[in-house]
Amino acid sequence: MAKTNYESVVILTPVLSERMLQDAASSFEKLITENGGELIHKENWGLTKMAYPIQRKTTGFYQIFEFAADADAEIVDKLELAYRRDEQVLRYLTTKLDKHAVKYNERRRNGEFNKPKQKKEAAPAAQPAAKAAPTVEAKVESTTNEVEES
Amino acid sequence: MAKRKRYTRTPIVRPKKYCRFKKSGIKYIDYKNPDFLMAFINEQGKLLPRRITGTSLKYQRKVAVAVKRCRHIALLPYVADEMK
Repeated sequence: MAKTNYESVVILTPVLSERMLQDAASSFEKLITENGGELIHKENWGLTKMAYPIQRKTTGFYQIFEFAADADAEIVDKLELAYRRDEQVLRYLTTKLDKHAVKYNERRRNGEFNKPKQKKEAAPAAQPAAKAAPTVEAKVESTTNEVEES
Repeated sequence: MAKRKRYTRTPIVRPKKYCRFKKSGIKYIDYKNPDFLMAFINEQGKLLPRRITGTSLKYQRKVAVAVKRCRHIALLPYVADEMK
């Protein structure tokens, strides 16, 4: 059966420590792989300022998973159930990717675009903890710019 | 009685609007990129109509979905006073 590609964005509470964040991310990853999903890509934006407060929090950890799974595997249901049960999750969004989206994401990962390139740099930094710090700083800088503009 | 002067209106020439997605061959609109989506919303964060942006109907639908998704994941505000 042809597999469908999905993309899942999760916003986690900013009160998490680095370890707890990693744990939460890996638990969702495990859920995907254990239910017959194939993790294609994961991305961590670090602490990002949100456009409006959710549960009185103005920032959140953005975590993105891209995975392929059988459409009848109910993997999305299971994943979203886990999100809802998890109190660390502020918000989630799972979308089905069409063929153009899959192509776009591939190109984005390879750094072919100018703008998402910054986000792309943040992605590999998710693994080594030392690299994660500068990307967070960069994010903070960009958000302060937005504040000045508004 | 003075004769009323007749004005002839000069037509306003504007460059023709075009759909930027069709022109540059964009097939997928990323909802995770609020900077790009800023071009399709006004300063209150509302979606701009097609007659202003020139987007074709096919892509306007996609823009609308992308903006709504972007709002959901809190990268764009649902309501704002001054965004730009």
